[in-house]
Amino acid sequence: MAARAGAQREVFPRASTGSRVADLLFRAAMLFAVFVGFVALAAILFDTVSDGAGRLSTDFITNFPSKVIPENSGIQSALVGTLYLMFLTAFMVVPLGIATAIYLEEYADRNKWFNRLIEVNIQNLAAVPSVVYGILGLAFIVRGPLGLGRVLLAGAITLALLVLPVVIIVSREAIRAVPPSVREGSLALGATQWQTIWKQVLPGSIAGIATGVILALSRAIGETAPLLLIGAAASPRFNPSGLLEPFTALPIQIFVWTQDSDRSFVAAAAGAILVLMVILLLMNSVAIYLRNRYEQKW
Amino acid sequence: MVEKVTDIDETADAFSRARSEGNVAEEPAAAGQSDQNGARMREPIFDCHDVNVHYGDKLAVRNVNMALGQNAITALIGPSGCGKSTFIRCLNRMNDLIPSARVDGKVVYHGEDLYGADIDPVSVRKRIGMVFQKPNPFPKSIYDNIAFGPRIMGTKGNMDEIVERALKRGALWEDVKDRLKDNAFGMSGGQQQRLCIARALALEPDVLLMDEPCSALDPISTGRIEDLMEELKQNYSIVIVTHNMQQAARVSDMTAFFTVELDGDTGHRTGAVVEYDRTDKIFQNPSDKRTEDYVTGKVG
Repeated sequence: MAARAGAQREVFPRASTGSRVADLLFRAAMLFAVFVGFVALAAILFDTVSDGAGRLSTDFITNFPSKVIPENSGIQSALVGTLYLMFLTAFMVVPLGIATAIYLEEYADRNKWFNRLIEVNIQNLAAVPSVVYGILGLAFIVRGPLGLGRVLLAGAITLALLVLPVVIIVSREAIRAVPPSVREGSLALGATQWQTIWKQVLPGSIAGIATGVILALSRAIGETAPLLLIGAAASPRFNPSGLLEPFTALPIQIFVWTQDSDRSFVAAAAGAILVLMVILLLMNSVAIYLRNRYEQKW
Repeated sequence: MVEKVTDIDETADAFSRARSEGNVAEEPAAAGQSDQNGARMREPIFDCHDVNVHYGDKLAVRNVNMALGQNAITALIGPSGCGKSTFIRCLNRMNDLIPSARVDGKVVYHGEDLYGADIDPVSVRKRIGMVFQKPNPFPKSIYDNIAFGPRIMGTKGNMDEIVERALKRGALWEDVKDRLKDNAFGMSGGQQQRLCIARALALEPDVLLMDEPCSALDPISTGRIEDLMEELKQNYSIVIVTHNMQQAARVSDMTAFFTVELDGDTGHRTGAVVEYDRTDKIFQNPSDKRTEDYVTGKVG
């Protein structure tokens, strides 16, 4: 600068070396954070695939678990149990969750203390650890007042209770995304409140609700702790034949195999994990597709 | 729907009932002579007596006394916060939707108290259509937007014809007749607003309330809506809230000027009608100084 006799002044002060280094360092730190998560995921995936890919076959899907011969062990009862659980849970949680969300968004007067109490409770319930729902299910559904025993329906009710707060919260968000002007327009045409909800608000929010429900269900079918507490069967060689019959599910089967002292069941566990992951991936893909395809842009 | 009436005396009668803080048209007979907009007014559709609107314990609009004529365009003008939107929402009980809102006084519609104990607000809104500030089409096809009202009313008859008639009345048929199944969100803002008007007309209301219907539109779309209003007033009565004084002067037959009164003690703002008269009188020779200041642009 001085050499040029100050003829040319810097209009914009140049970034100091220090701030440039700091910028780079932060960038590197963020990248490292991404890297940690990615590597962990890749490692798990690699480990599981290398252990379990060899087990994947039609026989693995259709065979029942065998306690004697690991090589012939399959996941039919677990897969069927998981699918039953998923549909039963959805059957219970969808009407309850949407109805609650509609009440809270469209009818509840937020100035009333009991409505606020319900809201706070739902928020808190969504954060309760799943094992607590397992204890609840064991105490009130398996034993206690309902006394259903260690059966499919008990598992489904427990999972439904577990994901109900999540379904309520996502449904409320989807309903809230429908602008008030649509409700006003409908009511101004002489629609009743119920007609407005049924013909305008729900169609406008159903994509968001469906997305949320699917994501909630994918959480439910990955849950192990509540089902363990309820007492899902270990490696049954039969499918649940009714709502009030013993059952198992994929996470339980995986858990049982990994606990087995015979290490040759590890491959079976890895294979079952792969099947579960594929199901979850499919469900999430459907959710993403629904959101992109049908979500209403206001 | 309404027979043509040339009886000027009935118009005068309507005026004589237009009491707003005593600032009534003093020479009602003059109304007929220079009714340049050609409005054929008969008995008033709405007769408002001492209408007060509260939001919670706050008085939003006080003491409105007005008779709104039949087959005329009545404009409600005034500065922001003067309660004109609040008042127009009393006329089809949209204020019922705001839990804290309370309407006192009487709004008589064709001789029946709109706020009578046994009146169902839903049936009120079927008779008295409303168009909002921002076009609010439903996220459905153009066809389904129009058909929504008749369907929930359980209207029998050919829905295609109903839709076509409503779109023609809304001056939209030529624009959209080839794409009735397209989503209404794909239309321009002005078309969306005409769709909302057509949607209201599909229910065959006899009054159309318009709450600043052009405030979100460009001048060309605004012009089309104004032309449409001019046509519609042959068969419908229109009450329009507008921020745009030129618009009030252009389209309306009667104008009510609202103002905001500031309560010195509480700081609450309350709207009230200053003057209600023929539009040409309001704009050319207002009786009240406040009206004159507002329409000449000195305040507001």
